[in-house]
Amino acid sequence: MFFPREEAFCRNPGCAGEAFDEVALSRRGRVWSYTDARYQPPPPYVPVSDPYEPFALAAVSLEAEGLVVLGQVATGFGVADLKVGDEVELVVEPLYTDDDGTVRTTWRWRPV
Amino acid sequence: MSDDVAVVGVGMHPWGKWGRPFQSYGVHAAREALADSGLDWSDVQLVVGGETVRNGYAGYVAGATFAQALGWNGARVATAYAACATGAQALDVARARILAGMCDVALVVGADTTPKGFLAPNAGERWDDPDWLRFRLLGMTNPAYFALYARRRMDLFGATVDDFAAVKVKNARHGLANPRARYRKAVTADEVAASPVVADPLRLLDICATSDGGAAVVLTSAAFARSRGIPALRLRAVATVTPTFPNTVIEMPNFATDSTVAVAPGELTFRDSIAHAAYEEAGLGPEDVSLAEVYDLSTALELDWYENIGLCKPGDAEALLRAGDTTLGGRVPVNPSGGLACFGEAVPAQALAQVCEVAWQLWGRAEGRQVEGARVGITANQGLFGHGSSVVLSV
Repeated sequence: MFFPREEAFCRNPGCAGEAFDEVALSRRGRVWSYTDARYQPPPPYVPVSDPYEPFALAAVSLEAEGLVVLGQVATGFGVADLKVGDEVELVVEPLYTDDDGTVRTTWRWRPV
Repeated sequence: MSDDVAVVGVGMHPWGKWGRPFQSYGVHAAREALADSGLDWSDVQLVVGGETVRNGYAGYVAGATFAQALGWNGARVATAYAACATGAQALDVARARILAGMCDVALVVGADTTPKGFLAPNAGERWDDPDWLRFRLLGMTNPAYFALYARRRMDLFGATVDDFAAVKVKNARHGLANPRARYRKAVTADEVAASPVVADPLRLLDICATSDGGAAVVLTSAAFARSRGIPALRLRAVATVTPTFPNTVIEMPNFATDSTVAVAPGELTFRDSIAHAAYEEAGLGPEDVSLAEVYDLSTALELDWYENIGLCKPGDAEALLRAGDTTLGGRVPVNPSGGLACFGEAVPAQALAQVCEVAWQLWGRAEGRQVEGARVGITANQGLFGHGSSVVLSV
């Protein structure tokens, strides 16, 4: 199991398979760690507000998959709302808007 | 077997923000290392360059760029790249050629000219490159990864931001007398606390800068050094290991760890395995180490390294720091050079700079920061995309 999805090779040295199934990951997990971005990241990050508003990031452990997955933290939540081991759930929110007006969405972690 | 290779000279261009071409730092360092060894450029049979990816074609072919700048002497050439671990990989190439009997004298050089601010990926749209995607989709800078590790130490082991500040204060003090350090100024815990938060819980003074610099090492076969009567240190290990599946610690520039469902994780994390491999190769252990140069990209990361290189058990790094064990004069000083805290990072030069400091310490020439009676030194570092780097030298 890989995130983002792996389309070429399996990293397990005991597996030479090159065919992959698409599987849905758990929508809930526990915070492995967290931080925030107090300064606007450099390109290719796409700024979404002017002036810049900091956002939080979390690495979340998914028990069934044995994975830790990074994501931004849902809008409205910051590091003060998080602790290692806390439960969070996946939400989908807008990330940025393309030049042609298309809204690009992303996965985010929201405290529960 | 690795005892057959000797370090006979080291050199560095001072770190800073000089804004000159990277080759000027590399040539300065190379000439200093050659002078240190008593050998001449015409004696060098192999040049290995550490590649820099931010300085155009000349940087991609760094080995040849340095060879040309020193004056074509017909030497064999190689260029290595392993992100922050580049210097160790370059050293490993040189060592292998010497061990294979293909040459007696090799010059290893790394140098960089770096941009200001956050390190960012090269320009262009690269949707299949995780190093590009992490900025585009997550806004995940390098300090954000360091901050994840720092926060985990706080929530799991009770580390405090005062501990992190104490690492900075210690390293700043170590670097005060180092003529090649970029920052030679005492720093107080209050100054760290007053610096702005970059990625919670890390503040600006917890995070290393990016710098220009150059470092070089001259290696010979032990037999050659003996025949010329050149004082030599023993290159006991160069560990350039990759991770073992599943890699369970989230790492730059990845979005996720490997899954532990198909294969259970081993006892050692990737960072643990780097020094472990070096000790095994050297036939030495943490108890033999007089000093360590570790990659303090952040203050908190230095504490992780204490555990990764076996100076203490997981969770005990803060106690080691608070007891003064890792300060000059303590049981096993860490980053006596001042570390990245005083240098800032010059990527392809940094792993070699660590080796330079260990060499000066073992030769008893680290004026103002000498670890008394130093006999064994270890370096540890990790490069993006699965590059381990640990070098062990002994008298």
